[in-house]
Amino acid sequence: MLPFATSEEGGSGEFHGPSLADFFPPVIFFEGTPFEVNRIILIRFLVVAVLILLFWLATRRMKLVPGRGQSLAELALDFVRNNMVYDTLGTRDGKRFLPLLTTLFFLILAMNLTGIIPGLNIAGSSVIGFPLFLALISYVAFIYAGVKKHPGAFFKNSLFPSGVPWYLYIVVTPIEFVSTFILRPITLALRLLMNMVAGHMLLVLCFSATQFFIFTAGGLWSLFSIGTFAFGLAFTLFELLVAVLQAYVFTLLSAVYIQLALAEEH
Amino acid sequence: MLQAIVTAATEEESINPLLPAPYDIIWSAVAFVIILIFFWKYVLPRVQKLLDERGEAIEGNIAKADEAQRKAEAALEEYTAQLADARTEAGRIRETAREDGKKIVAEAKVAATTEAARVTASAQAQIDAERQSALVSLRSEVGTLAIDLASGVIGESLTDDTKAAAVVDRFLADLEASEATAGGKK
Repeated sequence: MLPFATSEEGGSGEFHGPSLADFFPPVIFFEGTPFEVNRIILIRFLVVAVLILLFWLATRRMKLVPGRGQSLAELALDFVRNNMVYDTLGTRDGKRFLPLLTTLFFLILAMNLTGIIPGLNIAGSSVIGFPLFLALISYVAFIYAGVKKHPGAFFKNSLFPSGVPWYLYIVVTPIEFVSTFILRPITLALRLLMNMVAGHMLLVLCFSATQFFIFTAGGLWSLFSIGTFAFGLAFTLFELLVAVLQAYVFTLLSAVYIQLALAEEH
Repeated sequence: MLQAIVTAATEEESINPLLPAPYDIIWSAVAFVIILIFFWKYVLPRVQKLLDERGEAIEGNIAKADEAQRKAEAALEEYTAQLADARTEAGRIRETAREDGKKIVAEAKVAATTEAARVTASAQAQIDAERQSALVSLRSEVGTLAIDLASGVIGESLTDDTKAAAVVDRFLADLEASEATAGGKK
């Protein structure tokens, strides 16, 4: 790719490969403060506004016999409530954590989807702050659930599982500590982040290659563009799947962690 | 040219995608909090309320349907009972009517017989009366004729009614007496 990259400096036909810089676009507002706003942050604002608008419109006039919009919203909310939260936590505990988990699912889903929306083209969840913050929320939520349910015994139960001979605690306890209290939030955050970053990279690679083959390379090279464009389309659909799947996985794992913390014995 | 790429590469290396910038965390938190409050305080309570209402409505409808079913069954029973009653009543009425009819016919027969008898009797009486009056008028007629005749015979006017009547009566009595003797001879 290097020869291509140097072919026409600054020209519009230059091959723009995907780069990490995509995730750190120039600051637009409040430069130099902790409240800097760049393109990705604007996308996040847009996501928040669209989410609120959609759900406000769908639930503004709730009817016993739902209309089209209300049906869709109910379908989505039912899916989160029944298939993810109540199935994992049961109805009683599920009700307590339903707002948190519903928020996680729809916020992550909407942030992920911006990665394949033309004009936005980058997922709001593809910069570490967002997945990390949500992983932190999930972390706090399951520790809170555990401590509230088993005051004093939660950390002991987590670190010293019952039914294990005491000498094995030398091995088990560090493993439990690392897996429960360190790896859980890190894997939550990184799984989401890396999926979104990789998705963006793939899409940019496919479409910028298509652009390059048609407009810069020309001639027979144009034929390659058919292949790259087809890949681009395929990966767009794939990213749609990944967006839903990652939101689902993140929310379901959060629910499972809360459920494990609530369970009597570990 | 190569230099530029290397520079760009080193610049990119200075970016660590795993280290969050403060603004990144802050705006993520803001977005999360807004959506959390929105779902928590607006969307989910409304959905919950709707689900409760829908559940109540469904239960209410089932209860209503049960009630309607029960009412319909009661109405059917009542109707059947009424129908049976009506049949019995109709039979009873028919029976009474038949009996009444018989009675009426019998009464009519009796009345007709009585009436016929009465009519016969009155006719008989009338005939008797007319015969009697004919007899009387005949007698007076015959008397007058006889007196006229006698007057002509004896040339004397029997103007005195009393005398005339006496004469006539005597004559008739004689006539009857002679008839009676004639009848006795036979």
